[in-house]
Amino acid sequence: MDLLRINNISKAFGSHQALEDISVSIPEKSIFGLLGPNGAGKTTLIRIVTKIIEPDSGQVFLQEKEMSAALVRKIGYLPEERGLYKKMKVGDQLLYLAQLKGLSRGEATKRIKDWLEKLDLGAWRNKNIEDLSKGMAQKVQFIATVLHEPSLIILDEPFSGFDPVNADLIKNEILELRDKGTTVIFSTHRMESVEELCDHIALINKSRKILDGSKVEIKNEHREGLYTIEYKGKLPINGEFDARDTEETDAGLVKAVVKDKSGEGPNQLLKKLLREVEIHGFAEKIPSINEIFISKVKD
Amino acid sequence: MNRIHIIIRREYISRVRKKSFLIASILGPVLMAAIIILPTYLATRGVEQKDVLVLDESEYFTDVFVPNDELNYEFVDASEEEAKAKLLSEGYYGLVFIPKIDLEDPFGYKFYSGSNPSMSIVNKIEREIDRKVEDMRLELSGLDNEVINSFKVSTDLDTINLSKGGMERSSSSGAATAIGYIAAFMIYLFIFIYGAQCMRGVIEEKNTRIVEIIVSSVKPFHLMIGKVIGIAGVGLTQFIIWIVFSFVVIAGVTAAMGIGGVPATDGAEIMGTPQARQVDPGFVEQALESLGAINFPMVMASFLFFFVGGYLLYGALFAAVGSASDTDADAQQFMLPVTIPLIFAIIMLGAVLNDPDGSLAFWLSVIPFTSPVIMMMRVPFGVEIWELFLSMFLLVAGFIFTTWIASRVYRVGILMHGTKVNWKILAKWFMASN
Repeated sequence: MDLLRINNISKAFGSHQALEDISVSIPEKSIFGLLGPNGAGKTTLIRIVTKIIEPDSGQVFLQEKEMSAALVRKIGYLPEERGLYKKMKVGDQLLYLAQLKGLSRGEATKRIKDWLEKLDLGAWRNKNIEDLSKGMAQKVQFIATVLHEPSLIILDEPFSGFDPVNADLIKNEILELRDKGTTVIFSTHRMESVEELCDHIALINKSRKILDGSKVEIKNEHREGLYTIEYKGKLPINGEFDARDTEETDAGLVKAVVKDKSGEGPNQLLKKLLREVEIHGFAEKIPSINEIFISKVKD
Repeated sequence: MNRIHIIIRREYISRVRKKSFLIASILGPVLMAAIIILPTYLATRGVEQKDVLVLDESEYFTDVFVPNDELNYEFVDASEEEAKAKLLSEGYYGLVFIPKIDLEDPFGYKFYSGSNPSMSIVNKIEREIDRKVEDMRLELSGLDNEVINSFKVSTDLDTINLSKGGMERSSSSGAATAIGYIAAFMIYLFIFIYGAQCMRGVIEEKNTRIVEIIVSSVKPFHLMIGKVIGIAGVGLTQFIIWIVFSFVVIAGVTAAMGIGGVPATDGAEIMGTPQARQVDPGFVEQALESLGAINFPMVMASFLFFFVGGYLLYGALFAAVGSASDTDADAQQFMLPVTIPLIFAIIMLGAVLNDPDGSLAFWLSVIPFTSPVIMMMRVPFGVEIWELFLSMFLLVAGFIFTTWIASRVYRVGILMHGTKVNWKILAKWFMASN
């Protein structure tokens, strides 16, 4: 079942068309990558989903119900630009944001304590945000996003500003939440950073969706029959293998990308290669989302 | 509604807990008490007696310059130059030089001093000379001073307020003026101080981007109105602390220093000619009685209403200004147009005072942008109840109107960054569908 359905959303700011007829479905319990370069319209789409702004046309459905103020509270949103009240205590701040999401004082207090302990912030509860390091403040903000146990979490550029240790910590928390049944949307322009996490993706460029679907399927669709090989010897320069990106490795081997021009599959290609050179390595070159994106944008 | 309550509470508590709030709560009344007590205290201490030389070549004034508390006159018998030298070498405050004069056409009086002489001393000396010359001329014309004095009259109008119920109370425009001024200024200050706080709060939320998280939980309008109301609560709290604390401080200091009736005596001396009016023993009672002519419950209730209503009217506008600004400096360009009606109201106070029931006063006190200040100037003088209610009704309507305008600008503005905002853009935000 789809947790979130975005149907034909369009939005213009004056003469600038920010989103044009965007439709995306986000399956339940998935990690969904909303990918695209800066200025593509990702943040606008998120703001429409969270009802911060209204679309010119189109609808958003959460669990098959049209998005409403009450439903928005089932969403946890971490904006790209992070910020909290500088002169407010960590605990008070989290309590305030949780109460705005509809949590009772008692329940919120209990969860805040648990989360702060979990992310090693227990000692900072009564400190002002301005006394925290940037990384700690970001962790506090992450807690604020997930405290009310939303069924959908939207993270806009989640790893920008985190050091590698904290990024890893947050990554694990996200996976844990997914395993518990939460759906997660990542929005980012750094596609490599979330590629490994996402099950589904949508690519947005210049206010239009240019691709979406399951990550595996997309990758399969964009396989070009390219293989990376490592070999000793000399490949014929003629066109049979179309070897490219040739380079020498430290081990004294040659590394190159070859193309299965006949389309007969890896076994046949390997047989042909074995006749020419001594093969040390052979693997299919699966395109990265980034590569797919760049090729799509060029089209 | 419940969420607005949460926002109001945060806005209120986070400000009331601040050190600056505590400091302002203590310093406010101390300053206010100082303003009231200090002049009285200084007046009771009296002024230092100053030594003044008198060189009277006409010899008419020997009985005029009699040493008193303020000035110690000392006659010299020397030339003008010698007297001037004596003034400088022996540290006298000044030298009054009176040449040989013709009573028909006296001129040539001089006052020498080492520094700029105070106006009051110069006036005093001029008055002494004037009176002596007048007396001598009267004598020359053969009229008796006693007879002249017996013709002089001094009228004192007892002003009395008549109410429809037939009640008579003596009124005092002095007391009404003082109360009106204080109330009008308090409202003016309150709107400025707390309006600016509102604006800064919005800029902070916008800059830290926390606003994006909040408006994904509550409507921007709720956030704005919660902030405006929360800060109104802070202002009201501060005000109540000031009033209570001021009374305590003033009462305490006054009792400790034993300066009860002094202001009245002092006032009489400043207003009337010094020789003319002795302090009327009934003056204090009269003052108290005229205070009684002012309908205090009415003044207090109106004050609270216009205090809060005026702030709410402007508070939303200040919030909208904040939403259109990335920094305090950005906000300046919109601050002036928003505050012009308020400044105008303060400037018009004098004109309103001249005719508290005139048409200028009426219109300024019902138009919501000036009414909080102007109406409070009028209320102590007594206004028709329908005017008061009209003013209050329009203020509430004005508040709803400005809040509506402000919220439309605010909801777009808080999400905009790095835009150079001008009036055209504000209008566009206002018109934007959502």
